[in-house]
Amino acid sequence: MAKSLGPVKRKFSPWTDPSAVPFIRFENITKRFGDFTAVDNLTLDIYEREFFSLLGPSGCGKTTLMRMLAGFEEPTEGRILLQGKDISGVPPYRRPTNMMFQSYALFPHMTVEKNIAFGLEQDNLPKGEITTRVEEMLKLVKLEQFAKRKPNQLSGGQRQRVALARSLAKRPKVLLLDEPLGALDKKLREETQFELMDLQTKLGLTFLIVTHDQEEAMTVSDRIAVMDKGLIMQVATPAEIYEAPNSRYVADFIGDINILEGTVASTGSALGAPGTVRIDCEGIAVSVEQECQAVVGDKVAFAVRPEKVRISPDQPADTSVNAVYGEVWDIGYLGDFSVFLVKLADGRVVRAAQANVSRLVDRPITFGDMVWLTWPLDAGLVLTR
Amino acid sequence: MASVSETHPANKPNPARWLVVAVPYLWLLLFFVAPFLIIFKISLSETAIAMPPYTPLFEGFGAFGDFVSELDLDNYLFLTDDPLYIEAYLSSLRIAVISTFLLLLIGYPMALAMARAPTMLRPTLVMLVILPFWTSFLIRVYAWIGILKPDGLLTLLFQSVGLLGADDQVQIFRTDYAVFVGIVYSYLPFMVLPLYAALEKMDNTLLEAASDLGCPPWKAFWKITFPLSLPGVIAGSMICFIPITGEFVIPDLLGGADTLMIGKTLWTEFFGNRDWPLASAVAVILLIMLVVPIMIFQNQQKKVA
Repeated sequence: MAKSLGPVKRKFSPWTDPSAVPFIRFENITKRFGDFTAVDNLTLDIYEREFFSLLGPSGCGKTTLMRMLAGFEEPTEGRILLQGKDISGVPPYRRPTNMMFQSYALFPHMTVEKNIAFGLEQDNLPKGEITTRVEEMLKLVKLEQFAKRKPNQLSGGQRQRVALARSLAKRPKVLLLDEPLGALDKKLREETQFELMDLQTKLGLTFLIVTHDQEEAMTVSDRIAVMDKGLIMQVATPAEIYEAPNSRYVADFIGDINILEGTVASTGSALGAPGTVRIDCEGIAVSVEQECQAVVGDKVAFAVRPEKVRISPDQPADTSVNAVYGEVWDIGYLGDFSVFLVKLADGRVVRAAQANVSRLVDRPITFGDMVWLTWPLDAGLVLTR
Repeated sequence: MASVSETHPANKPNPARWLVVAVPYLWLLLFFVAPFLIIFKISLSETAIAMPPYTPLFEGFGAFGDFVSELDLDNYLFLTDDPLYIEAYLSSLRIAVISTFLLLLIGYPMALAMARAPTMLRPTLVMLVILPFWTSFLIRVYAWIGILKPDGLLTLLFQSVGLLGADDQVQIFRTDYAVFVGIVYSYLPFMVLPLYAALEKMDNTLLEAASDLGCPPWKAFWKITFPLSLPGVIAGSMICFIPITGEFVIPDLLGGADTLMIGKTLWTEFFGNRDWPLASAVAVILLIMLVVPIMIFQNQQKKVA
């Protein structure tokens, strides 16, 4: 193991420890609404103190899964274990989970203070302790001077903070966040993502977040489950999901990627062993160095992220493999990056992204230029699913 | 680019806007203030055997001096003298308070069930609540006579299921109970609709949030649902309480001789005794009794908001 995938956020990986006991376990969960299967025989383990994301397009069943954990829906089949105990049939008001709602669901007739105190009052805590905890929470989300305001007198960002404070006030074992930052603008959202991560580490809670925003999931999570049509496609760390997606679906859902369909021409080693796989992608010869999961003749997809593709007007030394030639067809300027869409002779389009590292370029590549795209052996992926 | 609001067209005085605002005020002036002033004027005059049956008070501006000197509060003084009127007022208020409370008790669960019904079903339920209006109010109250009278449908029903013997009869016709039945029946839509309007727009995730925070459903009702429906409760109660206080038809048709309500007294004074000035005084007092508390209440509401 000389190389690893991407940066490591923190030394925390209980899922690699076979003796670790999962904090939350979804066991063969199926949920049907009439004829529609929202969640399909799904099994998933989440560990204590983990920041876990459920990521997928709308309608993939991620929210249903979370609502089953909160107790708003009961699974049709299977069971949910929390710290080893089956929580089926336990009503939401007796579960040690708290949820931050997508719409925030703040009580409009109560002040910020009262909203935050609501959960604590249900536990019949002494008045003094409630006051202390509410103050603590207000300080945590920096809303001390807004304690007496009603929700409709707050901005969107402030409301979101109140919702967070309210769901944290009871110090739940698991905090569920349903698209928590959807309503915020990009800057505020990024700020809040880092604050959430900070909070999670500071308070040592388990966070489960539902989102359709892949950037958000990548930023905050220890692990991500990518879902589609009620199924989990892949559960892995953000770096694994990005650098080693297990299927065309995951590769395509997360980030930008070039996918070329092809056939395995040769494998450098036996199935499962590291080696060089050669693929013929309808005229483009591609070589990939990775553990081989296919045999000669298999229909596979070759995938490579645009930022790993080099673009140059100069012909590379070796054009026989991992190199294509085409015309710049469109350029997307994103500020930090430029994305070039290069049209090959046969009409296929390959994207290459280039970091704009200097402000002035000697010889800028522009529309209509003929360019070479190349990528190293370890840049691409073979996708068998 | 100073302040945008200063130059915003909506903030400029616009004659067309005044016209729109003027319409409701004109309406109030024509159909509330003017009739009230006429009634008030009559209440200050004396009965006369004439057509109309009261002494004229105001005949041109030249006679303004006479007008002021002839004003007399005799009718109002008479109202305080005779305990009948005070009792009628109090009895009306009592019946209105009890009826409004009963209406809330019955109307709230109905409105709540309607608001929680599947979205597809709701228009039908609202239609069902409104449906009785398609028949004349008077006919519907008469129908209750057929149900409540001693040999009516209610007696037959109770006899057939064995709750009553063959010779027994339900004895509530021409009592206050029959009046309550009639009032609650007649005013129920006026209570249900504002309540429904308030409950229907409530966000159900609020109840999920309450439950998530450890609040069981029955408690969440009192902590979340009820407080948020208060505008509907107040609107429904006002809409029912005010006309019930002055109700005349229901106590007249369903009530007994001892059912004392100011609406009935008013009718007797106008048409039985032909004492228009006194009847007008009764009406003025009734109006003040209802308007003043509402104004105080609305002022309070403004301060709260």
